[in-house]
Amino acid sequence: MAAVRSSLSLSSKVLTPIWSGRIANPVKAFGTGFCSQREKATYTGQIIPPPAKYGGRHTVTLIPGDGIGPELLNHVRELFRYSCVPVDFEVVNVNSALTAEDDINNAITAIRRNGVALKGNIETNHTMPPSHKSRNNLLRTSLDLYANVMHCQSLPGVQTRHKNIDIIIIRENTEGEYSSLEHECSVSGVVESLKIITRLNSLRIADYAFRLAREKGRRRVTAVHKANIMKLGDGLFLQCCKEVASGYPDIQFDSMIVDNTTMQLVSKPQQFDVMVMPNLYGNVVSNVCAGLVGGPGLVPGANYGRDYAVFETATRNTGKSIADRNIANPTAMLLASCLMLDHLKLHGYATMIRSAVLTTMNETRLHTADIGGQGTTSESNRVEGRPWRFLQKTTGPSFVR
Amino acid sequence: MAAALRGSFVTLAKGLNGLWLNQLGSRPLSVGSCLRMPEAPPARADSTFKVTMVPGDGVGPELMTAVKEVFKAGDVPVEFEEFHLSEVQNMASEEKLDQVLASMKTNRVAIKGKIHTPMEYKGELASYEMRLRRKLDLFANVVHVNSLPGYSTRHNNLDLVIIREQTEGEYSSLEHESVKGVIECLKIITREKSRRIAKFAFDYATKKGRNKVTAVHKANIMKLGDGLFLQSCAEVAELYPKIKYENMIIDNCCMQLVQNPYQFDVLVMPNLYGNIIDNLAAGLVGGAGVVPGESYSAEYAVFETGARHPFAQAVGRNIANPTAMLLSAANMLRHLNLEYHSHMVSEAVKRVIKQGKVRTRDLGGYCTTGDFVRAVVDNLRHQPVY
Repeated sequence: MAAVRSSLSLSSKVLTPIWSGRIANPVKAFGTGFCSQREKATYTGQIIPPPAKYGGRHTVTLIPGDGIGPELLNHVRELFRYSCVPVDFEVVNVNSALTAEDDINNAITAIRRNGVALKGNIETNHTMPPSHKSRNNLLRTSLDLYANVMHCQSLPGVQTRHKNIDIIIIRENTEGEYSSLEHECSVSGVVESLKIITRLNSLRIADYAFRLAREKGRRRVTAVHKANIMKLGDGLFLQCCKEVASGYPDIQFDSMIVDNTTMQLVSKPQQFDVMVMPNLYGNVVSNVCAGLVGGPGLVPGANYGRDYAVFETATRNTGKSIADRNIANPTAMLLASCLMLDHLKLHGYATMIRSAVLTTMNETRLHTADIGGQGTTSESNRVEGRPWRFLQKTTGPSFVR
Repeated sequence: MAAALRGSFVTLAKGLNGLWLNQLGSRPLSVGSCLRMPEAPPARADSTFKVTMVPGDGVGPELMTAVKEVFKAGDVPVEFEEFHLSEVQNMASEEKLDQVLASMKTNRVAIKGKIHTPMEYKGELASYEMRLRRKLDLFANVVHVNSLPGYSTRHNNLDLVIIREQTEGEYSSLEHESVKGVIECLKIITREKSRRIAKFAFDYATKKGRNKVTAVHKANIMKLGDGLFLQSCAEVAELYPKIKYENMIIDNCCMQLVQNPYQFDVLVMPNLYGNIIDNLAAGLVGGAGVVPGESYSAEYAVFETGARHPFAQAVGRNIANPTAMLLSAANMLRHLNLEYHSHMVSEAVKRVIKQGKVRTRDLGGYCTTGDFVRAVVDNLRHQPVY
């Protein structure tokens, strides 16, 4: 094998002068994605073939995850099959109980091949040794999925305290408090946990937020921070947002401190339009917003990088307590699959499934218990069309408010 | 309640723009009713998929008639848009080609016979077949060589897949006479297309659960050209740690194929080698009449026979074997998400072959094409119909 490798590298050296002229402008878009932080670059050339799409059919990596993930994703597959969506799934299981990282590395390679993934959340065991990183976090950082986007919108037919909420939350997904840099200092009993804010990543996420705001015709972007305490870290983030904002004169920019933001959100959520924030605040604020529009079972989420995209539920719950009881609300995962279809430019299918889901939301008798319904499983069994079964499930106590 | 819901789904789907979706949305509930499809009852044919059909030359039109008859008998919700494009019958023109392309762009799926290319040179190096392929960028040709149970050959239980790059290499139509009496014919290999076909091969292997990919080349002679192809395959292989990667020189590969074909799983190769290996492998399991093939680009899929021959000497004699085209049509149905119908057609064909009563001449029988098609249709009816 070594001999083969060396001969290959030799031939590549021979080739370079000949081909460099001819392939003047190769598609560079897929090139550097392979030279990510974690894995050493294996590719010598720049041209990486595009994601797996042949004859109009896409292949998408499916990571079932733990808890309710597998059942929700089965509903998605069922619905895709029913609506003849030209998407094939490559299922990659990640066993959260193992300490070895083989499984997650397989999953990451699979996403590199296919470009797009739909995933349930993978359980992170807190009792594991500190070297055991969150699989979800590992996946996001390895693929450099820097932007987490979540669109919180009041759904028709769902009774909530606040009406007409329409907020887009953009969260930096790769650095900040989630950098996994923690240690006990030379002093025993003192742990330092590092929060990293970089100029590059802050500019990148701010630019993403403003671009998205312009694309969606939004008026205002709010940066959420805590620069009054973390003057340098969050200060840098705020500074970067301001710099980017100057390039978008048509969009209004303001900033708000995170504690005030959460208070404003629960008292007057209609004032927000697009929000951009570092990692941990994003985590907190997105959960608050999901609660405002009806809970974790309703809101889809998406993680975008330059080359890859991973879709999941916005609040990333595993929902272990209601797993395998046929009572989880599938709306969030179904809407996430619609986001995925939009990403694959299958807009027609996305619209079709989305409107079917939203229409079902209007039928109060089909509501799951987490949004105040009383649908029972026995009732659903009588329904002949199985694709509709999942739209009328009840939800267990852990998800109720 | 279910009926009401279904109604709302249907109306929603119908409200959407685009032919494609209208067809999809109004398909009845039963189709998606379980994850392992084939047991599901058939769809009512109240909505159809449109498919472009190019019968081509030789026995192509006869094979297409067979497909249409079987589809009709099986209530398959597919509608064909037929285009007769032929170079030898003077039916080829730019407009015709454009019509076919336009139809392909809306339908995205086609079923096609071989368009015969005359050997004499008339000022155009690229044949219509090649031009169609290039315009649609159908870069990957897949031939799944599978022994038919019931028809015994020297090697039984063969199951291998041949994937061929078919837009560059020797088929680039770049030939010229530089010095009088000396012709240069250029073979083009590019890194971009080599990686693309390599990735296709590995993606195919992943999707179909296969575990070995063999790259076929002649890098010992064409060190740069085939060397680049081989290098690209090796690089892409690194993305697929679970699939074994090997390479083999073309001449040795031919010998191994006739001696011990069981060692192969998925083979990937440049254009001309693929052409030869396709035909060789088809010969192993019964010839051009029994092996289905398909071509893919990112957007389009074309279904055809595995070994592409017009078989002109059989025209009108009712002796062509429609097995390949019928199996190919079944693959097309699977591509269109019509699992149930796909399974029904392919099972019917396989059952006829297995029973061994009705066989065309190429398989050593005395039956006509018509007899065979009738036998397939009779076997379709053995399926439970709801």
